[in-house]
Amino acid sequence: MLSLIGRRILIAIPTLFLVSLFVFALQRALPGDPFLVIAGEERDPEVIARLREIYRMDDPIVVQFFAWLGQVVQGDFGRSLRTGEPVLHLILQKLPVTFQLATASIIVAIGIGVPMGIIAARRKGTVTDYTASALALSGLSIPNFWLGIMLILVVSVQWKLLPASGYEPIFKDPVGAIQRLIMPAFVLGGGLSAVLMRHTRSAMLEVMRSDYVRTARAKGLDENTVVNRHALRNALVPIITLSTLLFGELLAGAVLTEQVFTIPGFGKLIVDAVFNRDYGVVQGVVLCTAIGFILLNLMADVLYVLVNPRLRAG
Amino acid sequence: MTTLPLSKDTTDTTMPEAKRRGTFGKLIRNRSALIGGTIVLIFVLMALLAPILPLADPLKSNFLAVRKPPSALYWFGTDELGRDQVSRLFYGAQTSLLAGIASVTIALGIGIPFGLIAGWYGGWIDAVISRITEALLACPFLILAIAFAAVLGPSLTNAMIAIGLSAVPIFIRLVRGQVINVKAEDFVEGARSVGVPEWLILFRHVAPNTLSPIIVQATLFMAQAIILEAALSFLGLGQQPPSPSWGQMLNVAKNFMEQAPWMSVAPGIAIFLAVLGFNLLGDGLRDALDPKES
Repeated sequence: MLSLIGRRILIAIPTLFLVSLFVFALQRALPGDPFLVIAGEERDPEVIARLREIYRMDDPIVVQFFAWLGQVVQGDFGRSLRTGEPVLHLILQKLPVTFQLATASIIVAIGIGVPMGIIAARRKGTVTDYTASALALSGLSIPNFWLGIMLILVVSVQWKLLPASGYEPIFKDPVGAIQRLIMPAFVLGGGLSAVLMRHTRSAMLEVMRSDYVRTARAKGLDENTVVNRHALRNALVPIITLSTLLFGELLAGAVLTEQVFTIPGFGKLIVDAVFNRDYGVVQGVVLCTAIGFILLNLMADVLYVLVNPRLRAG
Repeated sequence: MTTLPLSKDTTDTTMPEAKRRGTFGKLIRNRSALIGGTIVLIFVLMALLAPILPLADPLKSNFLAVRKPPSALYWFGTDELGRDQVSRLFYGAQTSLLAGIASVTIALGIGIPFGLIAGWYGGWIDAVISRITEALLACPFLILAIAFAAVLGPSLTNAMIAIGLSAVPIFIRLVRGQVINVKAEDFVEGARSVGVPEWLILFRHVAPNTLSPIIVQATLFMAQAIILEAALSFLGLGQQPPSPSWGQMLNVAKNFMEQAPWMSVAPGIAIFLAVLGFNLLGDGLRDALDPKES
């Protein structure tokens, strides 16, 4: 098992290196000279020259890359071209906001998707199954930013039930936080619950056809025991790893949800940075997201080994 | 690494030549494909007929009709500049379909050749292409598209390029997998034994046999490209005003939710239906092209 995990970590290293190369290339491909933006209205040549020196712009590109990579490895993701704040500091400030939203959303996604998938599989070919499948397909097709707008229109504007926007940390004001989380979590988690529903349904159907389920039935166990004790436990193995991967998708999906509900998180940070031409922040966010994504993939692989008895034994 | 699984696996749908004739029949008997195809056809007609139909100018402001609710004269109401929402929806269909087609073309144009080369030649070429593919897949789709859009600048053309580029790794991976399967087939060995050059085997015998899953994936990606274009336009990184785009219409509408709620309804429904249409068509195509389906 350890060698399997070790191998996955080794594979992640070249991927991380290539991601950093890609992010670096992205920065160098940016239109115009970002130093003209930071140098301000006067565009003092001395200021520009000093900035070029700080960012080692006159060194060969390979030297620039490895110098930058060395900084990244030490946790220095550069500075915001606008405010001069360290990018990592900005990201760490925003990350808890998005993390709170993503956690609430994954709870919604699992809470809706997994039970729906199980019910659809148990009632395969019935109206329930078709309805669940149709709902899942609709969930995959609805643009979540539009769903957010519609919810604000109905729940906040018409019914005045929940606040339309904003953020409260859950440990500071739990009630206020939950009130502000319900709609964005439903919007973000709803689409992913459709993905989970489809996978749970097919995993359950696969397991229900297996020999050990047939044996359990032949022993005379009632259907609920067969499903809950034997089928479900095995069907959930791929779902656990999928949920880990979906968590990464949620961090990205939060870009639109945060925009609709004016949540000051990670997603809003990158969008604002794009409009402010704050490429240092764009670069930092892309790199952080990619690293987070790779780590989540790694975690999913490890989890898969841990929850799968056959692989664990090997 | 991993991308969001849109739907069931599409890698097992290699279509033998003999079954190709029945594919169209299966397709029109498939309810999902039929409904999806009809929805897609309606949107294609909307886009094509927009300049011919007696619609109001989608760009012309009318300050006497600002934010009018739906009525017999303005079926879906008017926007903040008094422009007819119906007209903008029809022209918006052009933007969405154009974005979808252009993005898919870019993704296929780059993804297929690299996938073919990686799968066929294997070795270090495959290792290099696969590692780059994994690195690109390590970044979520939307973040990647935003990063490209940031580099290229906000415009519809750049959004299409960004969406297309961000999907390239998916197609490389798909085609590579198919080629690896197909190159182990007897007919490839047969062609090689009678002295057919490698490049000819690749393009004449291997490439056509990888088409089915590519068609399915391309159809499903059309749905994703439409959502992504709308998302980028919604964020202000796609189609720029005053040109109509469903996402950009929603971007404006969110500022008038209390004063003109109708502005948000129609563009959202249009995106939903168009995406649903392509998803249904993709699902139907997968079933019709799958030799394992009876």
